[in-house]
Amino acid sequence: MSSTTNTPTHHTSTIGAIGAPSRRNTELALLLFAVVIPVFAYANVGLAIDDKVPAGLLGYGLGLGLLAGVGHLAVRKFAPYADPLLLPLATLLNGLGLVAIWRLDQSKLLQSIGVAGGKATNQLIYTALGIALFVIALIFLKDHRVLQRYTYISMAGALVLLLLPLVPGLGADLTYGAKIWIKVGSFTIQPGEFAKIVLAIFFAGYLMVKRDALALASRRFMGLYLPRGRDLGPIIVVWMISILILVFETDLGTSLLFFGMFVIMLYVATERTSWIVFGLLMSAAGAVGVASFEPHVQTRVQAWLNPMHEYVLSRTPGVTGVHSDQLQQALWAFGSGGTLGTGWGQGHSELIRFAANSDFILATFGEELGLAGLMAILLIYGLIVERGVRTALAARDPFGKLLAVGLSGAFALQVFVVAGGVMGLIPLTGMTMPFLAYGGSSVIANWALIGILIRISDTARRPAPAPAGNPDAEMTQVVRPS
Amino acid sequence: MNKPLRRIAIFCGLLVLALLIRDNWLQYVKADSLRTDPKNRRVTIARYSSPRGDIIVDGNPITGSTKTSKSGLNDLEYKRTYKDGAMWAPVTGYASQAFGASQLESIDDGILTGTDDRLFFRNTLDMFTGKQKQGGNVVTTLNAAAQKAAYDGLQKQGGKGAVAAIDPSTGKILALASYPSYDPSTFAGNSTGTDTTAWQKLQKKVNPNDPMLNRALRETYPPGSTFKVVTAAAALENGLYTSADQATNSPLPYIMKGTTTELKNEGNIPCKNATMRVALRVSCNTVFGKMGSDLGSDKMLAEAKKFGFDAEQFTPVRSSASVFSQDMNPSQTALSSIGQYNTAATPLQMAMVAAAVANNGKLMKPYMVDKLQSSGVDTIAQTEPQELSQPLSAKNAQILQSMMETVVKEGTGTKAQIGGGITVGGKTGTAQHGVENSANPYAWFISYAKLPDGSSPVAVATVIEDDNANRDDISGGGLAAPIAKSVMEAVINSKK
Repeated sequence: MSSTTNTPTHHTSTIGAIGAPSRRNTELALLLFAVVIPVFAYANVGLAIDDKVPAGLLGYGLGLGLLAGVGHLAVRKFAPYADPLLLPLATLLNGLGLVAIWRLDQSKLLQSIGVAGGKATNQLIYTALGIALFVIALIFLKDHRVLQRYTYISMAGALVLLLLPLVPGLGADLTYGAKIWIKVGSFTIQPGEFAKIVLAIFFAGYLMVKRDALALASRRFMGLYLPRGRDLGPIIVVWMISILILVFETDLGTSLLFFGMFVIMLYVATERTSWIVFGLLMSAAGAVGVASFEPHVQTRVQAWLNPMHEYVLSRTPGVTGVHSDQLQQALWAFGSGGTLGTGWGQGHSELIRFAANSDFILATFGEELGLAGLMAILLIYGLIVERGVRTALAARDPFGKLLAVGLSGAFALQVFVVAGGVMGLIPLTGMTMPFLAYGGSSVIANWALIGILIRISDTARRPAPAPAGNPDAEMTQVVRPS
Repeated sequence: MNKPLRRIAIFCGLLVLALLIRDNWLQYVKADSLRTDPKNRRVTIARYSSPRGDIIVDGNPITGSTKTSKSGLNDLEYKRTYKDGAMWAPVTGYASQAFGASQLESIDDGILTGTDDRLFFRNTLDMFTGKQKQGGNVVTTLNAAAQKAAYDGLQKQGGKGAVAAIDPSTGKILALASYPSYDPSTFAGNSTGTDTTAWQKLQKKVNPNDPMLNRALRETYPPGSTFKVVTAAAALENGLYTSADQATNSPLPYIMKGTTTELKNEGNIPCKNATMRVALRVSCNTVFGKMGSDLGSDKMLAEAKKFGFDAEQFTPVRSSASVFSQDMNPSQTALSSIGQYNTAATPLQMAMVAAAVANNGKLMKPYMVDKLQSSGVDTIAQTEPQELSQPLSAKNAQILQSMMETVVKEGTGTKAQIGGGITVGGKTGTAQHGVENSANPYAWFISYAKLPDGSSPVAVATVIEDDNANRDDISGGGLAAPIAKSVMEAVINSKK
């Protein structure tokens, strides 16, 4: 692995990037688009629903612009060599999410069931908190390697966060079945969103230390490197925790997300394909095993296989049990949007009712922006993930590589699990689309995630310390067993 | 560790690719079936999102749209309204926010809502000129005066009944009335208070009169003696007799072949060896029963089918298939040939019989939608008259016409005479039904009117089922003929 860093011609090596442009002005220009596009979308919603430019347009535009500006200035000051795409892409998604939430706020149907009304304002506040956390991360986290020190504290923290929803009196059952929320006063928090980051820190720190043992001490069997029994320990522990999440929090998405993130990081750390095979086998066994006795999971799978049946049951008087028409309503929303969509504010995604602006917000984008718009959104997510993996490639230290790929991989899995669930590709889970969906935990945690990625990318792209006169010295200084 | 990182990059790309493929499947491949799924509430919302197009009679809309108070949770902006809803219900059907749509409102929903593909050009134009989307119109063939005469006549009569009138030369439906009827505007909305209550009150299990039944198209009655016109046509077409004034060699009393049962006439009428003209004038069961029995089941069935029996008609609103059984023995054929046994016909079917005779033997396909228009009144589709069959030759049709005209001139149908140079041909019917014929019979009258120039503008069938009337009063000539007369007069007057 160190071979790549030794090859000056290789483009992933940033050693030669002395004097490379910082791309801060590119970021600023992109940010301008990321603010202007949602502002136009906002005006569009108002014009479509009330035939007039919404009164809150100026406030919204200034608010989003200000937040983006603060984010940009923080990056310019504290992470000048950071990846120029991450901040604009996240801002664009966040801005469009705000527009969609505001658009659903206008729905009387959603207002009547308490799902909408003033939620966009709340979300703007959450966004501000998110940007604040982003800025704090940049200011105080001068070097991401500091996080390495907190490996085992992170593990404890992540376990606590994951178990919180199961504490009696604290857990809140908000979505059908999934217990991934806690209630503090009038706030509901999804600790899983934060656990995602903390767990990535733990995995990165742990694997960096153990990866040689895991990678080298193995026997070759049928072309696969089989790990020693005692090295299997960590993956089995994480697998057990995932299964426990699945059983007690009944959330396939969270379970899949954590286990998937661990397998990705394990694979990157050890370069052993066998871990992927093990991971896939274990998750398949776990999912099938749990599904065979856990009714919640079975219900989810049934609803996924036959959403129309669920729709009919949900409208049949006298049918007991939880039957939700949401998935069928979401499918109708996507289909009704067609290729080009109905246009902002002209769809009827409010028919999804509960969670229309959170778990199912993608249906609003699908219906109102159509196939074209939704593909653009999905590609923006893809770009964020790939910029994250690119950051991992560019990072010079193994901890940074592992952390960056862990966070990006978790982000990718989350997007896949949520979008796939809402579009009926896989069974529904209780998670939300990062940045688009309504919910403070999600927005704040994901801004922190972007902050850490930006910090790693800044370190990665930062010109190496000035050479001490001798170019050879530079090379020896930088090459690490990364 | 860069090699696995690149693989992870590819893996993440594949995840996004899977989502993109699924999205294309949903929003491109399956989009149309999801968008137009009747359970998808957007279909209802679209139906009432803009003023619905109108159903038009004689240039005047008989429907309308009114803005609803889009307050609270009501997401439907417009509501259907009807003018003389009860009178027109057999034509329009209903379009209700809560209970869906039926008949023309359902069949031409795409045009009325404005989502039909044929309106694409107009809608695109409207989008650029900033005009609100508006539904197109359905222009019917109906005649308002004839419809009013039919409905008023039925209403005055008070019993259950129906009228169907068609233009013999084209097949245009001129009147289509059913009584008792319902006003579709009473449940056009979606209020659980008023609309649902009104709807429930109209359902058959609550209301034994079944007002929502379209009797003109969807109820089949034993046609009784009016079916003798079909039997006479079969006799002429098959060469059993060649003239109206030829003696038929019919015995009286007539014992049905293969049985010991006598087929009786109503009263003491001159049926022995009567000519077809006389037999039709006084309505001899014996003569026509024997005629059908002599022709046989197959020939009778073939002729009945040529008149449209045993097939549903799509006007485009579907009418039930009228019935003439197959493979019957001689006595069953005899009974069927006088409109009893299993024989049953819709009022539309019997109007078609009269129309085919009036149109010199050519049966035109009945239709009630003349054309479909865009909101800008461009014609999108026009229905052309279409020949359905030729149940009898022109020569035989004229023989049958002279027989039917004798019925009105000096027989059982004198109450349908119009005068003033208008010739009317008709046939009465009093169909018995119920166990041992105990129920009140149905009173039938089928007729056509002929102008001095020999053309026939209208053929009509009327049926009255009156549970309350005195049994003796029920006869096609007494109850049904006056209604038929007023319908024919209304058509003729509206042509002047």
